Amino acid sequence: MTEKKIYDIVIIGGGPGGLSAAKSAAENGAKSILVLERDREVGGILQQCVHNGFGLHHFKEELTGPGYAQKCYDLVKDRLEVEIMTDTMVLHIRESEGTKVVTAVNPKNGLMNVEGKTVILTMGCRERTRGAIRIPGYRPAGVYTAGAAQRMVNMEGYLPGHKIVILGSGDIGLIMARRMSLEGCKVEAVLEICPFSNGLTRNIVQCLNDYDIPLYLSHTITGIKGKDRVEGVTVSKVDDKMRPIAGTEFDIDCDTILLSVGLIPENELSRELGVAIHPRTNGPVVDQHRETSMDGVFAAGNVVHVHDLVDFVSDEAEIAGKFAAIKANGEAQPAKKDIAVNPGDGVNTCVPQHIRLADGADESVRLFMRARSPERKVTLHITDANGDVMKKPLPIVKPSEMIAVDIPAAKVKALAGDVTVSIEGGK
Amino acid sequence: MAIEKKVMNCIMCPMGCELTATIEDGTVTSVVGNTCPRGAKYAKDELTHPMRMLTSTVRIDGGALHLLPVVSKTTLPKGMILDCAEELRGVVAKAPVHVGDVIVPNILGLGVDIVASRDMAAV
Repeated sequence: MTEKKIYDIVIIGGGPGGLSAAKSAAENGAKSILVLERDREVGGILQQCVHNGFGLHHFKEELTGPGYAQKCYDLVKDRLEVEIMTDTMVLHIRESEGTKVVTAVNPKNGLMNVEGKTVILTMGCRERTRGAIRIPGYRPAGVYTAGAAQRMVNMEGYLPGHKIVILGSGDIGLIMARRMSLEGCKVEAVLEICPFSNGLTRNIVQCLNDYDIPLYLSHTITGIKGKDRVEGVTVSKVDDKMRPIAGTEFDIDCDTILLSVGLIPENELSRELGVAIHPRTNGPVVDQHRETSMDGVFAAGNVVHVHDLVDFVSDEAEIAGKFAAIKANGEAQPAKKDIAVNPGDGVNTCVPQHIRLADGADESVRLFMRARSPERKVTLHITDANGDVMKKPLPIVKPSEMIAVDIPAAKVKALAGDVTVSIEGGK
Repeated sequence: MAIEKKVMNCIMCPMGCELTATIEDGTVTSVVGNTCPRGAKYAKDELTHPMRMLTSTVRIDGGALHLLPVVSKTTLPKGMILDCAEELRGVVAKAPVHVGDVIVPNILGLGVDIVASRDMAAV
């Protein structure tokens, strides 16, 4: 009988997070890394994001989604330490006598268990659907999430419809407005329930304004017309509590509705495993090395918190890969200090939620935050039990654009008590 | 002399800097608010001859997938984007393809090549 193989690291998901983690883990001394991917190829959602604008931070060049995925894959494909299994669905992860047992299934091996000294969770996120936002009315054909429509148009070669209304002005909705226009469809309107768009400004300009597509802020769909197929929508203005205002209804004819109404980190496996989930990010609570509440379980990318830039996903996954490699090699130093990082005024979420420091640790820490509301000329203020840690003026903050700030190593070393991050000033 | 100020958002990268361009007698004389040199160039181009990248897909014969994502090598005139997209709807590439391979040279005579944005193996 051959000895049971235990991988240094098993990575769940082969999108940009998983591939970047694998690359970094290999560079940092991990000898055996297994990437499990459920789709027919690696690259994740990037493969259907055919537009450009990716990679300026991480690769210092502007790439399309498939181009970015290609680069991530090219960096690991010839590495002997990295093994990739596609068409492989992970069903369950459990802890057993210090190793992580991953149960997965694929057409070649059937049901199988693989073991890892460490696991990196990089499952990404999925879209909220019609059910999640409770649009009343019939269930006719023609209602799609924007990402599902994106896959149909960009990878499978079908058009979901011809006259389109998009609900939600997040980036996927905006990108799809342009994409459908380029394919000869008519996008009648983009509706946004918030008084501001949740998409990047550049996407409002080049995806809506360029194609004369109207954006209705503080509006939502209050009715879907049609029984077998969508025939139109009823749209209402909403008040400052997002409640539809009676008497403001108007109709738009369309045959297709695309929903771009938010993303949810995909954490069913994490929850079953027993990882602590943060109620606000809906992702695992992590420290600055992206280690979760469980020893040897790391998480990075959209499974931790939804990012707007894939570049930051790669950056974060490289951190997870590095420290998973160090842990697998038995070189991790035990943490002696555990500092909580809490969002204060004006800050909705902050990752990592903990800074755990070993004796003599000498490392800078990058915090990623989201603002609660759009503001101009604000100050990002980091404090601890002793008062000021640092202040950084920011010309503009928006909930849709993640804020990154580095706490230098010397300041990390001097941290005393829990840390609070606030956005001050504005208006 | 007519002096006009125009506020716009840069689209060169996801930062989306807010730019204020000063136009004197039809010439852009200053741009402020940009955090990199690309912003100043964008404002000048946008006010005189707006340009856009084009990304789309073309059908592919004998490939691992049905569609090949493509991208314009450089920017194209904004007013020609829909014409170029229509042109691409009739194009069929042939697998195998490597990232960067030219799929449509000199699209519509505009001097810009359309290239593959990923590898696509033949099956």
